[in-house]
Amino acid sequence: MSEIAPLKVRPQPKTEVKKHIIVVRVQHNFGVLTRITSLFAGRGYNIESLTVGKTHEPNVARITIVVEGDERIIEQIIKQLRKLIETLRVRDITEVPHIERELVLIKVYAGEDKARDEIMRLISIFRAKVVDVSPDTYTIEVTGDSDKIDAFIELLRPFGLKDIARTGTLALTRESAKNLVQE
Amino acid sequence: MPKKRGADIVIDVLLEENVEIVFGLPGGAIMEVYDALYKAPLKNILARHEQAAAHMADGYARSTGKVGVVMATSGPGATNLVTGLATAYMDSVPMVAITGQVPTHYIGTDAFQEADVVGITRPITKHNFLVTDIKDLALILREAFYLARTGRPGPVLVDIPKDITQKEYDYKMPTEKDVIDALPGYRPHYEGNPVQIKKAAELIRKAKRPVLYVGGGAVISGAAEQVRKLAELTRIPVTTTNMAKGVFDETHPLALHMLGMHGTYYANMAVYNSDLLIAVGARFDDRVTGKIDEFAPEAKIIHIDIDPASISKNIHVDVPIVGDVKIVLEKLLKELEKKPVEWVKARESWLKQIEKWKEKHPLTYQKTDKIIKPQYVIEEIYNVTKGEAIISAGVGQHQMWAAMFYKYKYPRQFLNSGGLGTMGYGFPAAVGAKFGNPDKTVFAIEGDGSFVMNMQDVITAVQYRIPVKIAIINNEFLGMVRQWQQFFYDSRYSSVCLAVHPDFVKLAESMGAVGLRATKPDEVKPVLEKAMEINDRPVIMDFVVDREENVLPMVPAGKSYREMILTPKQKGEAETMYLVG
Repeated sequence: MSEIAPLKVRPQPKTEVKKHIIVVRVQHNFGVLTRITSLFAGRGYNIESLTVGKTHEPNVARITIVVEGDERIIEQIIKQLRKLIETLRVRDITEVPHIERELVLIKVYAGEDKARDEIMRLISIFRAKVVDVSPDTYTIEVTGDSDKIDAFIELLRPFGLKDIARTGTLALTRESAKNLVQE
Repeated sequence: MPKKRGADIVIDVLLEENVEIVFGLPGGAIMEVYDALYKAPLKNILARHEQAAAHMADGYARSTGKVGVVMATSGPGATNLVTGLATAYMDSVPMVAITGQVPTHYIGTDAFQEADVVGITRPITKHNFLVTDIKDLALILREAFYLARTGRPGPVLVDIPKDITQKEYDYKMPTEKDVIDALPGYRPHYEGNPVQIKKAAELIRKAKRPVLYVGGGAVISGAAEQVRKLAELTRIPVTTTNMAKGVFDETHPLALHMLGMHGTYYANMAVYNSDLLIAVGARFDDRVTGKIDEFAPEAKIIHIDIDPASISKNIHVDVPIVGDVKIVLEKLLKELEKKPVEWVKARESWLKQIEKWKEKHPLTYQKTDKIIKPQYVIEEIYNVTKGEAIISAGVGQHQMWAAMFYKYKYPRQFLNSGGLGTMGYGFPAAVGAKFGNPDKTVFAIEGDGSFVMNMQDVITAVQYRIPVKIAIINNEFLGMVRQWQQFFYDSRYSSVCLAVHPDFVKLAESMGAVGLRATKPDEVKPVLEKAMEINDRPVIMDFVVDREENVLPMVPAGKSYREMILTPKQKGEAETMYLVG
């Protein structure tokens, strides 16, 4: 017997994949960071960047996570983060006005005079600064949002990059925009 | 307060938490605690393997609703708990595991019997702790119990270095308030949002073809009464998951029995054709939904669950309600009673349709008097226990037959590893259940493959005179794998033949249990009757059954309910039944 019922399909909500900034406040206990990272690894979510640091409150740490995913995945990530016992608050601030910063140290080859001049020009445009000099390299410090950092790195690439250290994104919501958001 | 040894603080907290029984196995790092247990006023059950001990604590917890406690030593003792903890975690079973750890100053040195147990068990526990200071010991243990039993329950592990169990400390028993204050990020939501509940009631009033899809959360929350009231008031048929067997009496006219991969034809038909699905403490597991975009394709979904992360995880939900199932259902009932509908009339045609499906393909099998059919054994167990026994199952074909052919009528009656699918679970869990329910008959329905994974602990049951009845559905196969090989791998039976196995009757006798065997259908009943008479030791019954019987109906993994297999045509071939609307 094989009477085939007409195929009926559940309508799935359409969602787009994009980058989200999620801020997590946790009890600063032993092993709490591992809980967060192993949650991401175990459930197959990719962390683009993760930064962690103490806050002004005792025993509270703040973690900023940048992660890419569609709405369903991001919702699930937030719920799973909230489910952790040591989590105090989870917030997706992507859509909230916020300040986003990353600090980067870049070691770039700068042996020739021409290269040195050009690099110095870029440094001044990007408001970066040289923090260490050797006969054939500059070490540069720059802060900004990820777009600015990426652009800066791309401009330096032709000179030859020796090493890069990025902190990952930090973010705080804008206090000045608070009233605006509530309206 | 006088100073107390860490190990004695452990016992104090167990008593404070009203623990009456502890399962486990001692070893070097936990000797101090076992020393304190020696004179403690609670039952201390020595298992023969830590995995079995964990399943015993689990069976005790599932069947009673109390927190199960298991203890093990560091290293291998703790790693042997892993499967037991993962099993409990997947099925939200309240458990506290206390493990010994090497002394604090040895941690990280690869000491003898050292393992990073907190690291290993992190993803398979609700939470876990390593005690680093004796000052925290009592509070951490109390937090562990609190976490295990509240919200969505689950196993919590506390790893205690040996030196901490030996140290002395002048402590005060932490209060529940201390515990709550220590867990500022943990505030389970019980009440349910009234606006959402109102919306749900409105959908129920409007629905023409509603189905209640009830899961293990209803059992945990103790909502059997509310589920029945809701079903009877609004005349909505009820399908239960494997985890919710018995929460709704399976002899009730509104019962659709189990849904999903091995669900009944009528339950799956009802869900497939429903226009409203009310998920109650269930989590849309893939074994339930099959192909997700063809699951209940026309239904609006109401989802009641205490765990927000379960909602809209696998399927988009129209009305999510986060809260305790019992509390939310109470409120929903009140809301529905405010504006009653002529329910009987509203459901007439839908229930008639369901009756037709029930008549067309009832749950059945090919009966014969030549060979023992596994389903027949389950039916006879049902008869001989008058439907009152607690049934614990391993994992595989026998588990599904135990789910299908025993009619459950009260919650916590059917214990099995639904989420993790742990072979070897059934028998030790039955032992735990019997400790928790000494007045009930407890059957372990086991497969010949499943049973041997933890058969060493028959000795434990003999030692404590635990009269569990172990019914081995012996088909000399890893039957469920064999069935898949038959259906989907052209009958290439790779690594599934278990024809070499112990003589289960002699095995029983060698351990001090009673061994019985049935090889013909007419021997089944006498064997069961004899087993029912034995009340001072475990009985192992070896039911030699039809080797290639299949579990049907079946929705192949990842397929839609439309492609349900109802009856096999002949060996190696399966007939696919397409659902018609």
